[in-house]
Amino acid sequence: MSGDPQTGVQGGAPDLVTVIIDGVEYQAEAGRNMLEVALSLGFDLPFFCWHPAMGSIGACRQCAVRLYWTDRQGNARSEIAMACMTEAQEGTRIDIHDPEAVRFRAQMIELMMLSHPHDCPVCDEGSECHLQDMTVMTGHSYRRYRGRKRTFENQDLGPFVTHELNRCITCYRCTRFYNDYAGGRDFGVFGLRNQIYFGRHESGPLESEFSGNLIEVCPTGVFDDKPFSRRYTRKWDLESAPSVCPNCGLGCTTYPSARYGELRRVLSRFNRDVNKMFLCDRGRFGFEFVNSERRVRQARVTPAALPSRPEAETAGAARDGEAAPLAADQALDVAAGMLRGRRVVGIGSPRASLEANYALRTLVGPDRFFRGMSEADDRLVGAVLEVAADPRLRLGSAADIHRADAVLVLGEDLTNTAPMLDLTIRTWLHLRPNPVEERNHIRRWNDAGITRIKRREPSALWIATTHATKLDAVAEETCHAAPDDLVRLALAIAHEVDAGAPPVPDLGEDEAALARRWAAALGAGASPLVVAGCSSGSVELVRAAAQLTLALRRACHLRAGVDCADLVLTVPEPDSLGLRMLGGGTLVQALAALARGEADALVVLDGDLDRRAQSLLVDDLLRREVPILALSTLEDRVTARADVVLPAATFAEETGTWVNHEGRAQRYFAVLPPAADVRPAWRWLRELLVRLGRREALGWRTPDDVLAALELELPAFRGAGDAAPPAGWRSHGRKVARQPLRRSGRTAVDADRTVHEPAPVPDADSALSYSLEGLQPPAAPAALRTRTWWPGWNSSNGLHKFGEELAAVRPAPPSGVRLLDDAERGREFTPVGAPARFAARDGELLLVALHHIFGSEELSMHTPGVRELAPAPYIGLNADDAERLGAREGDPLRLWLPWMDMSAPLKLIPSLPPGTAGLPRGLPGVPYLPLPAWVRLTRVEER
Amino acid sequence: MTSPAGIPGRPAEDRPLTRAMRADGRPATIDDYMAAGGYEGLRRALAGLRPEEVTAMVTDSGLRGRGGAGYSTGRKWSTMPLGPDAPRPKYIVCNGDEMEPGSFKDRFLLERNPHLLLEGMLLAGFATEADEGYIFLRSQYDSAAAALEGAIAEARARGCLGADVLGSGFSFDIELHLSIGRYICGEASAMLNALESQRANPRARPPHMTGAGLFSRPTVVNNVESFMSVPAIVRHGPDWWRGLSLIDEGGTKIFGVAGRAQRTGCWELPIGTPMRELIEVHAGGMLPGYGLRAVSPGGASTPFVAADRIDVPLGFSTMGEVGSRLGTGTLMLLDDQTCPVGMVLNMIQFFAQESCGWCTPCREGLQWMAAVLEDIEAGRGRPEDIGVLAEGVWFMQSEMCFCDLAPGAAQPLESALRLFADDFARHVDEGGCRYRRRRSDAPAARGTLW
Repeated sequence: MSGDPQTGVQGGAPDLVTVIIDGVEYQAEAGRNMLEVALSLGFDLPFFCWHPAMGSIGACRQCAVRLYWTDRQGNARSEIAMACMTEAQEGTRIDIHDPEAVRFRAQMIELMMLSHPHDCPVCDEGSECHLQDMTVMTGHSYRRYRGRKRTFENQDLGPFVTHELNRCITCYRCTRFYNDYAGGRDFGVFGLRNQIYFGRHESGPLESEFSGNLIEVCPTGVFDDKPFSRRYTRKWDLESAPSVCPNCGLGCTTYPSARYGELRRVLSRFNRDVNKMFLCDRGRFGFEFVNSERRVRQARVTPAALPSRPEAETAGAARDGEAAPLAADQALDVAAGMLRGRRVVGIGSPRASLEANYALRTLVGPDRFFRGMSEADDRLVGAVLEVAADPRLRLGSAADIHRADAVLVLGEDLTNTAPMLDLTIRTWLHLRPNPVEERNHIRRWNDAGITRIKRREPSALWIATTHATKLDAVAEETCHAAPDDLVRLALAIAHEVDAGAPPVPDLGEDEAALARRWAAALGAGASPLVVAGCSSGSVELVRAAAQLTLALRRACHLRAGVDCADLVLTVPEPDSLGLRMLGGGTLVQALAALARGEADALVVLDGDLDRRAQSLLVDDLLRREVPILALSTLEDRVTARADVVLPAATFAEETGTWVNHEGRAQRYFAVLPPAADVRPAWRWLRELLVRLGRREALGWRTPDDVLAALELELPAFRGAGDAAPPAGWRSHGRKVARQPLRRSGRTAVDADRTVHEPAPVPDADSALSYSLEGLQPPAAPAALRTRTWWPGWNSSNGLHKFGEELAAVRPAPPSGVRLLDDAERGREFTPVGAPARFAARDGELLLVALHHIFGSEELSMHTPGVRELAPAPYIGLNADDAERLGAREGDPLRLWLPWMDMSAPLKLIPSLPPGTAGLPRGLPGVPYLPLPAWVRLTRVEER
Repeated sequence: MTSPAGIPGRPAEDRPLTRAMRADGRPATIDDYMAAGGYEGLRRALAGLRPEEVTAMVTDSGLRGRGGAGYSTGRKWSTMPLGPDAPRPKYIVCNGDEMEPGSFKDRFLLERNPHLLLEGMLLAGFATEADEGYIFLRSQYDSAAAALEGAIAEARARGCLGADVLGSGFSFDIELHLSIGRYICGEASAMLNALESQRANPRARPPHMTGAGLFSRPTVVNNVESFMSVPAIVRHGPDWWRGLSLIDEGGTKIFGVAGRAQRTGCWELPIGTPMRELIEVHAGGMLPGYGLRAVSPGGASTPFVAADRIDVPLGFSTMGEVGSRLGTGTLMLLDDQTCPVGMVLNMIQFFAQESCGWCTPCREGLQWMAAVLEDIEAGRGRPEDIGVLAEGVWFMQSEMCFCDLAPGAAQPLESALRLFADDFARHVDEGGCRYRRRRSDAPAARGTLW
């Protein structure tokens, strides 16, 4: 099979055919539709219902062309045909500029505009509106319809998405995305004739985790960005830059935009290998921490740390004295003074840039560099890295799922831990080849055809988790079991597909039957894929997933002579893998070193330690008489205690690099210049190094210099610097503009103070400029493109101009650089033996982690809409275990541990295996706990 | 409703569709049906014919789809995959969603002769090795539903339907499904979506239904009357069927007349019967005081035929001579005291209301055309409106729309603009409808259509 039009997966070389467009011959890939072909060749052909990720349905009739053919009698014939429903075959001939086709396209726009309110001046979509663009393109300008416009009542769809259905042109894209692709059940299409209603059965928040994509999928202003509209600015006034999402470990690529020093919105940025065209709602809306009141914006120093104070007073006064803002240089002097001559421990951060972590490691030295991850995450990410280093395995990208013919999800609630994998799996299920389609010659772009058929055909997804997940709805079969039993299942399947893999002892009959069934399903495929990861907390499960993948590969190899099975592993944070690759010790080791007095100063890089270690350890740290320097973006308990606090830039204000779950180094660029004292953390650290008389950092002028030093010191990172063009990149002396050409108000904004246009803020860190001067998207290289824009195509529907979603025609460049492929391969990972079958205990329950897309992640909880959708803390139990405790739904339960207890209401979760309980991860009020763990639960007696 | 008139001078078996009907108007029981030779075709097929042979008989008979499109029934069946490798289950679906304005032939047949449909579907199931049949029935057809339910129960009780039909080893069962009542459900692929509990939007072809139809499995969809024509073909042979008609299309058909005729109703007549004979003989001519102006020959979605061209034989191949189509063969008469603009407005309003909302020309175009016609009829028309209507006719052509609803709707509009151009112009010039103004002193005050 050739490269796939919709998934962009590259197969063999495509079969090329010659097609004729407007009398000129072109080569096109056989089997595509003529709209794709025409667009990828650069023609302007208007469309609405076709979507690059969702194919054709032939409903809007906007892409009409004249199609020529020869009938059976040999007569030349032609008719108006929809390009999107016309297959490219040898000799297919169309005319886009045929006068009747041109006339028909203008008529279709006129028809769609019959009831459109023509409210562009007050519409949020204005200037980024596909309907505007297409209207201009077809030339329709005069309204002949005199009748009444149909009107609708709109709905409140929750905190993220607006609803103004009167603007609707009935292209059906929203329901196709929401229902057919994203699997939503609470939204749909109602009504008939010209009264088609897209919405919910009643007002209420959209339940899909991917609802924000409606904003980009909708070609006009029906669905818009609600948080953005609250602080609306015209889109031509936004400045944007290519970026990477900070809200999980997948590394989806984004276009955040800013104005007036605030981050205003995030759009999806096409990424062939990771998220393709879409984003999850956490990634799209979870950025508001950047604008938060809780941001650290000023450098400050506690009075105690000021050198003028006599040494003796420092200890007592430190806690009383309010930290006072201090000029950045002075604060640096104080910090340098504080660290000079001391044994400094550095705690890095899995959400700080690779550059910042490396700079910290340089400052404190490899032996005193520790990773600011929880003990559990540290072991899990370590296991991922160990598996990645195994010469027999390769970590898969999200896009590899599209090559699979069967997928097993092991222990991951993907919808909540790595949401875009959920959507990727759903999209794959929708688009994967199917015998009914092949027999009936239904092409993959014929979306109405494949949607109908996929509804009836068996799934190819198997899920084994500790509790029911949302993806279960589209799985062929699911299994809910305790983590150890999941390990046993994985190993039992491995043994079934590959007799060389060790058997699992004491297999129960049901376990064995399940393993046989799933092994038959996975082992029969030509390219099975296993998804596992860190969120269940079980290192053994990560290893077992790798062992299963190896077994599947061997089975494939024996049968077909090819190694085909893939393994995708999730990690929790945007730079979890990058941080782990830097080496060093664990967070608990750092705290222990301080406790043992082996170090006498501490530098903490961004990250709330309370979420990464037991609170009693953090308490102990903060009580210690150790000078602390915090390089932070947000206030937390550490910054409150720190002697010197230096405000660090967020992802939106700095240019940096993260290594995602598959070892892909991707560059993100500052969207807006940092305000006040805020600086990229690596710059603060460089200044400290210089002040401390260290020579290493003297040459660090840009992030590229830091990366170069890193690559030199740690060869595992070789290539990271090539993730994007360096800061010095220029095209004919020009940088790439962050602002659109139409940006208005350059001189008006500051008119109360000066009528002169302010000079652009300089940006030494990247090849982007804070200006409208410079290269605009059509001329910029992909990795530096600041938004999707092309003359005449102002919305993200212009993506085809860059050829990116039409991958086989003009292959999209990869995003970033995969580090773990070329790095020197390490040893084979340590296989895990089968654990004993999980046995419930008397009086104790195994507490497992439950993840929530809204609530479990720290940064996104600064977004009001995310907080609104996050659940309140609870403790989950199945009905039998609840009865054993004498508790009913909603009753308060107390969780007892040797060093803490908490209480929360009981929530019945029927799918939790007997003997286990569930605790939501990371919700406010839920303390950090390494899970899974045996705990005691009691019902709180009411007084 | 008219009782079966028979064909003068021809034996009863020459009216295979109505032969078993009872004189009292109640549904024919299985005994009535068998007395008239019912289930003989099925017995013959089960006793010694191979499935392909049954399909070949239907193909040879020249039977063309009675739903209105006129596609060869046998040829459709022959595209069903046969043999052990064919996807299973396979389905036979009867399109009984008769909502074409002016058509009532299927209702007449179903209410009076339900077993004929069952036998026809059984034969289709046998010929295509299908497993199950569905009857998709218009929601308002209560009496037909009752008749069918009774017939299905009788047929099951007598072993004609269900597992091991008549001891032959062939199994086939039929289920009745009542529609929610939308015109678009008469579009075969939209009907399949409705049966699957999806929105009744038409489907794109390919795939064809015989490849991936109901529940994505091979499916034959035919009209009620098409299935009902099959038993006699199998029983008496294709040559006999071909001999029934007056032209070379074969067979008889139910033809109907509505409008200001002496006798409205429907009759089983040979294909090829002249339209004039149907109107003047069987329907008894126009009511006194009314002249015939034009005929809508096959439901609302066929072009008007002018009154001076009604000598045309009623057949699928012949109606093209007068610029129209046979459609369902149920005539609506436009008399000289009814406003043609008003009649077209009524039709377009119906189609605009019944658009499923899938493709733009139909969803928005019909609504716009209805608004323009309303303006013209109400005296708000402007000279350029005639051009807008002509444009609508142009952009609602078959190749430009997703299914045939809007192109069907455009046919009466197109022919009306051609045949009644003067009426349209006068409406615009005179600021309204002269028929409407004259209505109070209309000669035969039996009420007007509009």
